Amino acid sequence: MSADPDLLDLILEPLQYEFMVRALVTTIIAAVLCAVLSCWLVLVGWSLMGDAVSHAVLPGVVIAYIAGIPFVIGALGFGVLAVVAIGAISATSRVKEDAAIGIVFTTLFALGLVLISVTPSQTDLNHIIFGNILGVSETDLAQVAGLAAVGLVVLLLKRRDLTLYAFDPIHCHALGISTRRLRSLLLGMLALTAVVSLQVVGVVLVVAMLIIPGATAYLLTDRFRRMLLIAPVTSVACSVAGIYLSYWIDAASGGLVVVVQGSAFFLVYLLSPRHGLLAKWRSHGSESRAIPSHSAPVTPP
Amino acid sequence: MISAIEAHDLGVRYGAVPALDGVTLRVDAGRVTALIGMNGSGKSTLFKAIMGLVRPHSGEVRIGGLTPGAARRRGLISYVPQNEAVDWTFPTSVRDVVMLGRYGHQGFTRRPRRADHAAVADALAQVELTDLADRQIGQLSGGQKKRAFVARGIAQGAHVLLLDEPFAGVDKRSEATITRLLRELAADGRTIFTSTHDLHGLPQLADEAVLLKGHVLLHGTVEDVLQPHQLARAFGLETHSLTAVASLDGVA
Ligand SMILES: Nc1ncnc2c1ncn2[C@@H]1O[C@H](COP(=O)(O)OP(=O)(O)OP(=O)(O)O)[C@@H](O)[C@H]1O
Ligand SMILES: [Mg+2]
Repeated sequence: MSADPDLLDLILEPLQYEFMVRALVTTIIAAVLCAVLSCWLVLVGWSLMGDAVSHAVLPGVVIAYIAGIPFVIGALGFGVLAVVAIGAISATSRVKEDAAIGIVFTTLFALGLVLISVTPSQTDLNHIIFGNILGVSETDLAQVAGLAAVGLVVLLLKRRDLTLYAFDPIHCHALGISTRRLRSLLLGMLALTAVVSLQVVGVVLVVAMLIIPGATAYLLTDRFRRMLLIAPVTSVACSVAGIYLSYWIDAASGGLVVVVQGSAFFLVYLLSPRHGLLAKWRSHGSESRAIPSHSAPVTPP
Repeated sequence: MISAIEAHDLGVRYGAVPALDGVTLRVDAGRVTALIGMNGSGKSTLFKAIMGLVRPHSGEVRIGGLTPGAARRRGLISYVPQNEAVDWTFPTSVRDVVMLGRYGHQGFTRRPRRADHAAVADALAQVELTDLADRQIGQLSGGQKKRAFVARGIAQGAHVLLLDEPFAGVDKRSEATITRLLRELAADGRTIFTSTHDLHGLPQLADEAVLLKGHVLLHGTVEDVLQPHQLARAFGLETHSLTAVASLDGVA
């Protein structure tokens, strides 16, 4: 290997390998889709649900593999099953929703593990759990690109309705727009996105790609439109950086993608000009100086 | 076009808990009608039933003769939520919130057209929030927040405005501004139905009032409703002043 420390070389060198190019392209596609969806998930408060659905698709993917049908069909089936089961358990028993989510997704995930263990050719399927970005084939890439294109088009066409649903479902209802349909749409997108990102980071870490970019963007802006730009840009930058890091230091690529994203979030959490911790301390400091310690009691009218 | 709210023998239960029972009521267009009742008397539930958010176990609601569903699809109803029901940190501007009123007028992707921008600008001007239109929604005062949501109903062109406690956490000046605004909207022919705990402001605010306690105790002029013995029926006799006045009236 060349010992040239030139940065350009460091960046260009991996690109001579086709598998690295495919890995980067797949990562960028998945990162964009996840990040766009994450903007709504963060605002609706569906982080746990994202975690649940992305784990619960595992048995669906395994069954699809065995049956030789597209992964996304199996994933959608089990994603919907998980959501219905969670809703039914929390509505018809005294078990609260977070417990229902925990029960359903761990059980389905475990079922997926069991199915993997009894299915021949285990190596392929283990990649579903931890991701296998460096082993993406032409066909995988084509599938990911196709699914992501569908997902992005749907999300962007319906972005205003989804934002309305996230902000004020009652007004949504008052306008005669079906909140149930928008909820289902969001859930369907969640399952589809989980499948798209399986290759990159694996089932276990998909949820990171589904939450961190939206949360990061949320700390950087007060406009949803801008969140829809900031989230994918930061997510792509972090993911590509993660893949490169994994190439340079020869460590787990899925793990590094998430570590870089999490680190970026932490930096933004500290330093965001509007909603960062430092900005808050500074403004709190000046506020407490502005308020006299013995404020006059408010007299009632 | 006269859009009034009509309820006939309306009953709503949450599980085994009855919230409304046998509510029969007619709210006229072109007037401000106040809904008065103590906590838990079913005010919010009545609004939810009018919007079709809860399914009544008996009776029915009509808005301008239409079912709640049909009225919603025509964009006739607008709702100004209680403070607690809104995520004030949501990354959206005042203008964007008002634009939400236009969604019923827009196509599949809700892309705003010139008419929508014009309607939003008009509504903002009417509630005097033009200067604050680009603020994040949480960075308004309590009264300004309420006006933003009223503006959304105006931009929507709603015939019926339901307001759930618009004066909670609002100072006297903002209260006067909102009151004036609601009176203008009523004079415009709209139906204004608002719950409130502020009995002092009632004569300025409303043409008539409804006393609610699971069912309609009284529906009459503000003067009728403010009779101490009527209030005593609605709120119980626990407050000192009510007990004193009620006993004078020979009710206790
Ligand atoms: N989601 C719910 N589940 C169960 N019971 C409910 C629910 N919402 C309201 N109730 C009950 O229904 C009754 C009417 O409640 P409602 O919220 O309509 O009262 P309200 O007049 O709006 O009170 P407030 O002045 O406190 O807003 C109360 O007894 C309340 O406990
Ligand atoms: Mg209420």
